[in-house]
Amino acid sequence: MAIISTAGLARSFSTKRGTVDAVRGIDLTVRAGEILGLLGPNGAGKTTTLRMLTTLLAPTGGAATVAGFDLVREPARVRRRIGYVAQAGGVDPQLSVREELITQARLYRLTKAEAALRAEELAHDLDLSDLLDRACVTLSGGQRRRLDIAMGLTHHPEVLFLDEPTTGLDPGSRAGLWDLVRRVRDEHGTTVVLTTHYLDEADELSDRLVVVDRGVVAAEGTPAALKSEYGGSPGASLQDTFLAITGRAPAPDDAIPVAV
Amino acid sequence: MSPLPSSLLSDTALIFGRYARQTLSSKFQVLFGVLMPLLFLFFFGPLLTDLPLDPKTDSWQILVPGLLLQLALLGASFAGFSLLIEKQTGVLERMRVTPVSRPALLLGRVLRDAALFVFQAVLLVLAALVMGLRAPLGGVLVGFAFVGVLAAALASLSYALAMNVSTPQEFGPVINALTMPAMLLSGLVLPMTLAPGWLDLLSHLVPLRFLVDAVRAGYVGDYASAAMLYGVLTAAALAALSLTVGARVFRGADA
Repeated sequence: MAIISTAGLARSFSTKRGTVDAVRGIDLTVRAGEILGLLGPNGAGKTTTLRMLTTLLAPTGGAATVAGFDLVREPARVRRRIGYVAQAGGVDPQLSVREELITQARLYRLTKAEAALRAEELAHDLDLSDLLDRACVTLSGGQRRRLDIAMGLTHHPEVLFLDEPTTGLDPGSRAGLWDLVRRVRDEHGTTVVLTTHYLDEADELSDRLVVVDRGVVAAEGTPAALKSEYGGSPGASLQDTFLAITGRAPAPDDAIPVAV
Repeated sequence: MSPLPSSLLSDTALIFGRYARQTLSSKFQVLFGVLMPLLFLFFFGPLLTDLPLDPKTDSWQILVPGLLLQLALLGASFAGFSLLIEKQTGVLERMRVTPVSRPALLLGRVLRDAALFVFQAVLLVLAALVMGLRAPLGGVLVGFAFVGVLAAALASLSYALAMNVSTPQEFGPVINALTMPAMLLSGLVLPMTLAPGWLDLLSHLVPLRFLVDAVRAGYVGDYASAAMLYGVLTAAALAALSLTVGARVFRGADA
């Protein structure tokens, strides 16, 4: 069953130098309960696609249904059913973990008592219980990311969108985060859509990959299927596969992720 | 998809509470805004006491209303800076992806600002009483109301601008370029009755002029004057326009 389907989803921006087509037409089907990786070079349109699917950015073309509702006509209904963790995260550095978790729950219209309970619950699930009364600024990178994800899971969303979830994390925290994402899917059946330009992350974590290049879907399939089809054999490296699909590497080593 | 009014109210209260707590946790933020008007009060106010500004009133009754509105003007116009920071930390997007009422994201912030600047106005008036201000209580309360309404209107516009720019470098100069002439042309520091005809005429193009005239009328107990009427009408129109603009920007999908 498709929980997300898009047809020709597009977004262009007008700039002083003319119109820029950040996303030229994305056709995408995501099945309920799968972990889908959106892979692509910087500027391919991954973040723009995610921001459209999360109602933050109005599409300039095409259509999409997310969690059963039309993205453009019923954004409020979509919002109730999705969680989004942006690259920047989204907690106030000066506020306490507890305050942020409670406010987030209240934004999803839980009562004060329910929100306080939910904050405890989330902290327990994401191993943040000892940090509840610390200011967000004092958390380590891995702890911050767990908090960001806790915020996105506050309302038991059907779909969780993660934009570059492990950028800037050390290897141990990255592995921990991958386990967490799998656990969320396994325990709650949450569909996860994540963007990344780390090939190992895409390979390791995703059930299925969608390679986005120049604002369109360049290829899609399981990591193994993509390797066979584009890389020459199921044992091909994802790096070679990626090069074969896009003609260039996913991102230079020192690249800073660009959000559009 | 417009949200129910009840959710608008409860969401506004929620957003207000969040930012009010944030403000209260920083004494610096609570007190800093009142510093500049206090300097004017202490070091500029005494220069006016023997000047023949207006035979019917005391110089403090002229200066303090101007300083009150200056406080709101210079404070609330820069309110958008905090939103720019929240855009960078992702807080704004995180909230916008929840079902929270979009206008509540504006109104909660604006009400916090109005409350903050009214509180600072109270401190300023207390200091002015020590310096020698004497004014009727009704007029003083009218003054606070004007501070609150002006702060809400300007904060609203400031947030609307902040939604449409991405860096403080784009934001700061615009605000400076607008507040400075507004301050000079509205006669906040010295009344425009002292101005030559052309300047007085020019100042009537600045809405703030009518507000400061109204508060000055209030400070001498002149509640039924034309100045008070024009001031109330101008403030109401300014607030309605600003909040409409702000709400429209916050409702927009792309902001």
